[in-house]
Amino acid sequence: MPKALKMDVEASQGVKNFLKHLLESGKVKGVFALKKMNDSGAVSYSLITSVEELASAEPLMPLMPENAGQALSRLTVKEALKEPVAAVLRPCELRAFTELVKRVQGSEDNLLLISPICAGVFPLSSATDGSWEKQMASYAESSREGKIHPGVRKMCQACTSFIPGRADITVAFAGRKDTGSSCHLILDTPRGEEFAQGAPGTPETVEKEPAELAPLREARAARRSEVFKEIDVQGQKGLIKTFAPCLGCHGCMHVCPICHCVLCVFDSKMYELQPWSIESEPESKGGIRVPSGTLFFHLGRMAHMAVSCVNCGMCSDVCPVNIPVSEVFSMVGDQLQKVFEYVPGRDVEESVPSGTYKEDEFAGIGEQ
Amino acid sequence: MSDAYNPRIVGFLCNWCAYTGADLAGVSRARVSSSLHAIRVMCSGRIDPLYVIMAYLKGADGVMGMGCHPGDCHYLKGNYNARRRFVMLESIFKTLGLDGKRIGLWWVSASEGKRFAQVTNEFTELMKTKGPNPFREEMFI
Ligand code: SF4
Ligand code: SF4
Ligand code: FES
Repeated sequence: MPKALKMDVEASQGVKNFLKHLLESGKVKGVFALKKMNDSGAVSYSLITSVEELASAEPLMPLMPENAGQALSRLTVKEALKEPVAAVLRPCELRAFTELVKRVQGSEDNLLLISPICAGVFPLSSATDGSWEKQMASYAESSREGKIHPGVRKMCQACTSFIPGRADITVAFAGRKDTGSSCHLILDTPRGEEFAQGAPGTPETVEKEPAELAPLREARAARRSEVFKEIDVQGQKGLIKTFAPCLGCHGCMHVCPICHCVLCVFDSKMYELQPWSIESEPESKGGIRVPSGTLFFHLGRMAHMAVSCVNCGMCSDVCPVNIPVSEVFSMVGDQLQKVFEYVPGRDVEESVPSGTYKEDEFAGIGEQ
Repeated sequence: MSDAYNPRIVGFLCNWCAYTGADLAGVSRARVSSSLHAIRVMCSGRIDPLYVIMAYLKGADGVMGMGCHPGDCHYLKGNYNARRRFVMLESIFKTLGLDGKRIGLWWVSASEGKRFAQVTNEFTELMKTKGPNPFREEMFI
């Protein structure tokens, strides 16, 4: 059983106390976490270096203004961090960051990775109208009871990878009955243990996934199959039905942590309608839709990245016309990941399936 | 389907093998389906899945990729990468209920003029039984 640090405060305060200790003791030079922006009510990922600024940090606030994997990539893509920084990010964000590091879009050097057993985040719309705050009490309660809160993102309701796989420190949150008055920081790695030395709290050993988490896992799995059933992307008809409202804003792509390419073809004019097709296509089709290439964009993006989709739900959340983008990408991603026995974000040393091969695999292909 | 129906097939042919194989098929006067519209690529590894998707959505009845046999790629690993990409496309087509039989990858060496003709003709026949790609007439793609 892994070692843990038990604190007699509720989880988010516990994490904050821990971060404060790290900063004050000089063990880290900075903290990367969600932080309230002035009085606006907005939260943003921030690199915090002073204890005063840490006061308005909200490390476990259930909102995801950006996938933190993408945010950490912004901080570390040009150069690895030179000083130790403690980063608090959700399991899907950690998976995204891992996928980005594999693609040389960031570095884990000097990062202490802290991640909660996740109860989900609220859609961004609830951040702007403040409704998430009104739901915090019921959120904490359903988290303690190991239930799915009906207000969280659909993808969160359907997420079965809510236990971080490769954090240095895991915050026992979702599904734990005791989180109202106490909390556990599970020290997963020697690095985690090292940083936790001298921190407030009492040492204990705890299970990372105790039996009390089983109902939550089951509920999430059931919700996942439901969510996949609710979307209709079967064949030409289904795809058109689902993607017909798409504006072509490419917001889904820009918030996707996996879509990191600086010169994405979909941002270029490469695949715009060609003058000759403006003449020839209407002949067989009776017209052309403008913007053109909607399905091409979605299927193409899928072919490029869905094998690494971390199910974070960012894409669905930002879509202005409520297309279930992440539901579709997750469903496609699940199948792709099965084919390649790949789990995005599982291991930073593991190659992305599209960037590697084995000589003796898929023997039937090409030979027919 | 009437006998007159001639599918339109887009083929992405590796310069070093299948494209030369196609030439050989011509020189040896093999009968090759006129359905195939060949596009030369420098290696099967250059077949971005986007090309296949674009051809398919624009209404090609079938899309063929052709490359050097495993171990024979001029760039050593292009065909292995191509193989994974077609596996991915196959999986995506399957999950989305699209007809994955309309796309495929074949190994055809420069000396396999006969094989080139054979796989092209067989694929054409299969596409004939399927009829036109419904995306041909679809305005929304
Ligand atoms: S965010 Fe929505 S509308 Fe914008 S491109 Fe993506 S699916 Fe289309
Ligand atoms: S496709 Fe959507 S759900 Fe998947 S990683 Fe990208 S933003 Fe997240
Ligand atoms: S050179 Fe023919 S497949 Fe690479």
